[in-house]
Amino acid sequence: MPKMLSWPMAPPAGRQHGLPRLLATEAGSSLGQHLEDWGPMTCPPRALIDEVARAGLRGRGGAGFPTATKMDAVASRRRPTVVANGSEGEPASAKDKVLLKSAPHLVLDGATIAAQAVGAGEAFICVERGANTVVQSVADAIADRRRGGTQGVALHLVTTPNRYLAGEESALVHWLNGGDAKPTVTPPRPYERGVHARPTLIQNVETLAHLALIARYGSDWFRAVGSPDSGTALVTVSGIVARPVVLEVALGTTVADVVAAAGGSLRNSEAVLMGGYFGTWVPSSTAAAAHLGVDALRSIGTSMGCGVIAGLPAGTCGLAESARVTRWLADQSAGQCGPCFNGLPAIAGALETLVDGDRNGRAAKQVTRWLTMVEGRGACRHPDGAVRFVRSALSVFAADITGHRRHGPCRATPPMLPTPRSGTWR
Amino acid sequence: MRKRLTVDPIACKGHGLCADLLPEWIQLDDWGYPIINPERVPEHLDAHARRAVAACPALALALRDDLAVSKG
Repeated sequence: MPKMLSWPMAPPAGRQHGLPRLLATEAGSSLGQHLEDWGPMTCPPRALIDEVARAGLRGRGGAGFPTATKMDAVASRRRPTVVANGSEGEPASAKDKVLLKSAPHLVLDGATIAAQAVGAGEAFICVERGANTVVQSVADAIADRRRGGTQGVALHLVTTPNRYLAGEESALVHWLNGGDAKPTVTPPRPYERGVHARPTLIQNVETLAHLALIARYGSDWFRAVGSPDSGTALVTVSGIVARPVVLEVALGTTVADVVAAAGGSLRNSEAVLMGGYFGTWVPSSTAAAAHLGVDALRSIGTSMGCGVIAGLPAGTCGLAESARVTRWLADQSAGQCGPCFNGLPAIAGALETLVDGDRNGRAAKQVTRWLTMVEGRGACRHPDGAVRFVRSALSVFAADITGHRRHGPCRATPPMLPTPRSGTWR
Repeated sequence: MRKRLTVDPIACKGHGLCADLLPEWIQLDDWGYPIINPERVPEHLDAHARRAVAACPALALALRDDLAVSKG
């Protein structure tokens, strides 16, 4: 007997309340199993954007932009296209890879219905080329769907270079258009003119997975968890845990509770890096009680970013970690804009001097000047993110700067924040 | 409506002719790249601004009607 398909549907038993949502799936589920677990998407595509607006879903790629607004901007234009951004170049983040391995069909569902909602006939699913198991997982899921029928939206798997900036929106568009994975000058923005010169909706893969559930169970269900911001989010907790762990948490959970759920504690930790390498250090005493959400984090000078929560372990030098990451960020520059490819290495050098001990105080003065000089003067936000990160390090680790000036660098400890080798731009 | 002077940061190669021609409006940073006053160009500097745009070997300068450039 065919099931009555209503909109919105009640979630299956066991998935009504609480967590997990996105991570409730077994990795390697076939499309058939996926549909049995979650049910089909019953939201009429033309009703989706309003439902997403009611849900208050924000992007999970780092900028936290309201998803419905982004979809509206593209839906009003002719012949749009959709990009699912799973490239995750942020070294301290693993959530997109985990999601793509455990629930690729949720992401593909989200890409499909987003495409239908904005009037696109295809979606490009972008995954970093080095992440072989992730690429395989997505490829298998797409092949599975081809056998079953793709609901009128063609899904194309595209691998991206192993570079921090490859996931930047204009760089991703440039890559899909046959260029290097380097940012381009905007305007025009991707929603105006992007892949193949068409209005392009670019959404992080986690955002699309949330969309896939809203398209089943509706905005009321989505808002039943999380306060004041609705829903759940994937975070990557590292540093003050034995190994990095990806968790799904309700928005509004405190940072301390998230860290505890990951098996760690901020008790002996001086500071937490929030958001990513474009984010900010926050003293643990301030961060611990902060609730994950736009307003609460903004009030302590930070944001969700792409869900990175990296606690500095006791005995690890935050200044040295920051200098190493800054040098890595300088190396990740696309080398296109003078203020960036000159300024970031200069700033990194100044931080290295601060680590060694800035005896004459010149490095401290120069770095402050250079941060202001570089900010806002690149084609993309890479220099801005680096500036934000460095400014927070100079503030939070000010006592270390003074200490190093007197006593030199700390005894070396194993690096905490990953600074992986990168590949080519092509 | 008066225009703003903008630079394409990718096209710009730091030749610096713009700062020579329009020192009242453009300074060079520590690496020779232009820092341009973000306000609308006043009338008395119009001719000089146009000369700077024309002189840029990289064609990186433009006078634009757009709203204030935000890097958003």
